[in-house]
Amino acid sequence: MKKELKIPRIKNGTVIDHITAGNAIKVLHILGIPKTSTFVVSVAMNVKSRMGKKDIVKVENREIDPKEVDKIALIAPKATINIIRDYEVAEKYLVKLPDEIIGIVSCSNPTCVSNSREPVKSRFKVICKDPLRIICYYCEREPEDISERII
Amino acid sequence: MNFKGKDIISIKDFSKKEIDYILEYAKKMVPYAKGEKYTDALKGKILSSLFFEPSTRTRLSFESSMNRLGGRSIGFADPSATSQKKGESLADTIRMADAYSDIIVIRHPQEGAARLAAEFSEAPVLNAGDGAGHHPTQCLLDLFTIFTEKKHIGKNNIVLLGDLKYGRTVHSLAYALALYGAELTFVSPASLKMPKEVVEECNELGIEPIQTSILDKAVKDADVLYVTRIQKERFPDAEEYNKVVGSYKIDNKLLSTTKQKLIIMHPLPRVTEIDPEVDYTNHALYFKQAFNGIPVRMALLSLVSGGLL
Ligand SMILES: Nc1ncnc2c1ncn2[C@@H]1O[C@H](COP(=O)(O)OP(=O)(O)OP(=O)(O)O)[C@@H](O)[C@H]1O
Ligand SMILES: [Mg+2]
Ligand SMILES: [Zn+2]
Repeated sequence: MKKELKIPRIKNGTVIDHITAGNAIKVLHILGIPKTSTFVVSVAMNVKSRMGKKDIVKVENREIDPKEVDKIALIAPKATINIIRDYEVAEKYLVKLPDEIIGIVSCSNPTCVSNSREPVKSRFKVICKDPLRIICYYCEREPEDISERII
Repeated sequence: MNFKGKDIISIKDFSKKEIDYILEYAKKMVPYAKGEKYTDALKGKILSSLFFEPSTRTRLSFESSMNRLGGRSIGFADPSATSQKKGESLADTIRMADAYSDIIVIRHPQEGAARLAAEFSEAPVLNAGDGAGHHPTQCLLDLFTIFTEKKHIGKNNIVLLGDLKYGRTVHSLAYALALYGAELTFVSPASLKMPKEVVEECNELGIEPIQTSILDKAVKDADVLYVTRIQKERFPDAEEYNKVVGSYKIDNKLLSTTKQKLIIMHPLPRVTEIDPEVDYTNHALYFKQAFNGIPVRMALLSLVSGGLL
């Protein structure tokens, strides 16, 4: 083995690497783990890496769908998604913040039309990627604690 | 420039060139707005006037504008009489209005309502106020008033006075004036200061507004004084409110210290902030400003429907 692994190797599944240290639990929440899944998940937090500390999440037997990747970018902008097949990294995606974030974060303004019973999804424009700043397409307010407002 | 089918949701959706075009076009509407000339430019067209929140001035001026252009309007002024009360979504109400008319004007208590309406309508949507959000036709008529009185918008020293925190008209107006390069002074009690974001927007446009709570000095070199109403509810007690209102009262005594050509504007309704004695001076522009709602709204209705003069 070339590298020392903090967590045992998996045969098939997904490794989410380079998660902002401390945010692994939020990533799990976004992915609906463990509530809606029975997959085996291991988490390593505060792992030392070239760029300081990071968290890692490994999900066995589940290949994460790129749609969920966008959501992760909101709280872990540097994360990579590694699809593991037969012990090898078969695919690697860098999470990328989309220009618009649709249906993921709810607007913090209680009188925003997107919070009433209208047939629309919440919609935000990304106005700055680093540090992350978004504004509501409808009311143009900027929610402060984005990670707390994930639907 | 082609505005046919365009929604008018926020002043920020428009470039300076586009605003100039609208203002020039509105100038041509003045004789029609006064009833000196007649036009059937919008003959056969129907405006849906959907007021989910009470408004007198804005609603009447939109409906009058539509009539002056030879069109007709349908709609409601009281949402309690509509199916919204039965729980119908705004989206569905808009789909209906779209099917029944050629242009939609909407006033709604929720921020973003006009933006949402535009998503569900083929017909152009004009925002007549969305909660604490935008009110672009008010902004355009304010710009039109300055433009017609002073011949230009930039190069003026403009004072915005009153409730700059909650007053929705002053936010977009400050932005638009900065876009034209006007010199800005914001006068308000400390608790009702212009929001930081608005000041930053001005900065991005190269304008550094002066912020103060003292009116007397600010108004000395002003070309335009834009007064807004301060609501009693914004203050913890009556004494504090009376103090602020007293210090911002516009009367002839104050006007004896200002430029001869200073114009005073107010989005109306006013309560006590401008003494009625001022109405008889050349400074008072607020009634003319209210009239200007007609040519400006006529211009917009004509442009977005393609029924040109
Ligand atoms: N079979 C496996 N089981 C569990 N984890 C694995 C497996 N293969 C790779 N990993 C983990 O997946 C991540 C990506 O693996 P890779 O071999 O691409 O590492 P890398 O070259 O350091 O990539 P990067 O530059 O993205 O950090 C690492 O954290 C690695 O430990
Ligand atoms: Mg690595
Ligand atoms: Zn919103």
